[in-house]
Amino acid sequence: MSGMLEAYAKVSGEEVIDHLRQLSEPLAGMTIVHVNSTRVGGGVAEILDKLVPLSNELGIDTRWEVITGNMEFYQCTKSMHNALQGNPLRIPDHLYKAYEETNVANAERLRGVLEEADVVFIHDPQPAPLLGLCPNRKGKWVWRCHIDVSHPDRLVWKYLRQYLIAYDASVFSLPAFAQPLPNLEYIIPPSIDPLSVKNIALDADELHEVAERFNLDTSRPIVAQISRYDRFKDPVGVIRAYRLAKKFMPQLQLVLAGGGASDDPEGEMVLEEVHSAAEEDDDIHVLLLPADAHRTINALQRIADIIIQKSTREGFGLTVTEGMWKGKPVIGGDTGGIRLQVIDHHTGFLVNTPEGAALRMRYLFRQPEKMHEMGAKAREFVTDNFLLTRQLREYLTLSVGLLHGAANRIVIG
Amino acid sequence: MQASENSPQETHGHFAVKDCALIAIATGKRAHSLKELRDHLVTINEDSIYYHFWGGLIQPRFEEREFNNDFASWTRHGLHDGTLAEKLAVVDPTEFTDPNTLRNELIELVEERLEEREFLRWMPAAKPFEFIRSQIVVFDTHSRAANPRELCALLPHVSTTSIFYHFIDARQRFPEGVDDFRFWLSGFGHEFDDLALRLAEVDPYFAPMTELRRNLINVFQEYFEESAS
Repeated sequence: MSGMLEAYAKVSGEEVIDHLRQLSEPLAGMTIVHVNSTRVGGGVAEILDKLVPLSNELGIDTRWEVITGNMEFYQCTKSMHNALQGNPLRIPDHLYKAYEETNVANAERLRGVLEEADVVFIHDPQPAPLLGLCPNRKGKWVWRCHIDVSHPDRLVWKYLRQYLIAYDASVFSLPAFAQPLPNLEYIIPPSIDPLSVKNIALDADELHEVAERFNLDTSRPIVAQISRYDRFKDPVGVIRAYRLAKKFMPQLQLVLAGGGASDDPEGEMVLEEVHSAAEEDDDIHVLLLPADAHRTINALQRIADIIIQKSTREGFGLTVTEGMWKGKPVIGGDTGGIRLQVIDHHTGFLVNTPEGAALRMRYLFRQPEKMHEMGAKAREFVTDNFLLTRQLREYLTLSVGLLHGAANRIVIG
Repeated sequence: MQASENSPQETHGHFAVKDCALIAIATGKRAHSLKELRDHLVTINEDSIYYHFWGGLIQPRFEEREFNNDFASWTRHGLHDGTLAEKLAVVDPTEFTDPNTLRNELIELVEERLEEREFLRWMPAAKPFEFIRSQIVVFDTHSRAANPRELCALLPHVSTTSIFYHFIDARQRFPEGVDDFRFWLSGFGHEFDDLALRLAEVDPYFAPMTELRRNLINVFQEYFEESAS
């Protein structure tokens, strides 16, 4: 077994890797190309960074192409991203023009590879027009949507939709995120990479160092929410929950850690509100971390006794998955993909209010055995369902399915 | 490349261990009330009904299932109607060889309840029922068992998705509604009738797939241990 497959076999199990190998047999010798808009940073790049070499080790010629653009292109796609997630806004025509021109320029560069590929995965809206710019394509094209488009701005969706209708299939993370399209709409939840810096095991010395750096007392109870400073993540509600619980548990500490607020005016505003709500409480640790502080986040999740993700609106919620992978019970908002992961009374608790979150904190800290039992179940649940190998299995299944005419039942060999 | 699907019994009576991968596909149909559920049940593709009875067994889920199908689960947790949930939960899909008969049974139960409790016609559910269907890819593991004793030795090394294919999916492939193991054993005359009977007693609905595999291994091992003594 080759290096990467062997490493994943140790985490996911030999059986999982054997399954991938058998499923990839009908794809041997074929070419799969993934296209997105960044090589580093962001969840999509993180997953492709491992998924592509893993697929190659399975004998499938898999490539990863990245489109590049100017500032106006990224302004357009950032606005699109926000609008598709439900924030209505007008995108000026000159930005749309930059979007289209960027795709034309990238198509010139990538056309040869894309038209020859057997399966092409286009990730998110940035490269969506490429299909129409590859008229001699011979393979199947799939649009993979990583964002929640359940309530998109109608005008922006209408604009994007014109590029999507010719795809052979689309992929959404949850059924509720899917928009009607005239193609097969697969449902593939996202996953975490157990071998990434964000998720690998850390030794006790490192955890001790991080706790000291942030003045955390690991002999006292700690709850942590790792999230951007965004109103939908309800960090102020988390502080309220902490205060309600602290009346009964004076030793309680709260960590709120997030990054990327400096270039986001609304993020800065939310961060100010959080500081204001935290007042001068020394047991509330509001941390603004750099975007690449993966190892620190990993350590903070491991130092915490309970992970909280009290979102009022959430896409899939990969920070929930990460916390569960570290064997922590999660108190999560009863919304979006959190519902798929937090199984009430088993892997954590679903809550609707700060009061509910406070109640569950008190419940868990009063019953440490229950807390550890739930944490162990949470880790097992992620191992079975939300690791990268499961996502790869579903991409392979989808590819085999499409190449066999998308029948409901496909029998090979 | 695409082969026709048949029984796992090859020439010379070998059991061919196959495996499968299942992937979910959105149908775009959602029910926000019991009445909408009924309306969609009338027209929904039969693959979707299959998925909501069986697909959940190898999709992300946790431990024991409270109900044996998604319709019952949604009725209980989405509509808070325990009465209908209980009635839907006893529907055994293996009793219905024709998918449309199964569909009609579901519609009948829902309509009966709509007549009993008129408010259920307009009462919105806490969360919509998302109709999903699935695509299944079946492939050969190239692993073979010449006789039941060899199959017994193989089982601990068989994946949970393979167990799904042979023990659960098989029930809707054969008109008799049996699993692949029992179908294959019947090819040995009456020699393994007792083993087949024990397999028939394994309930496939509620246990996680890992536990189901463990149960099947136990049935085979106990049978051969008792035969040897």
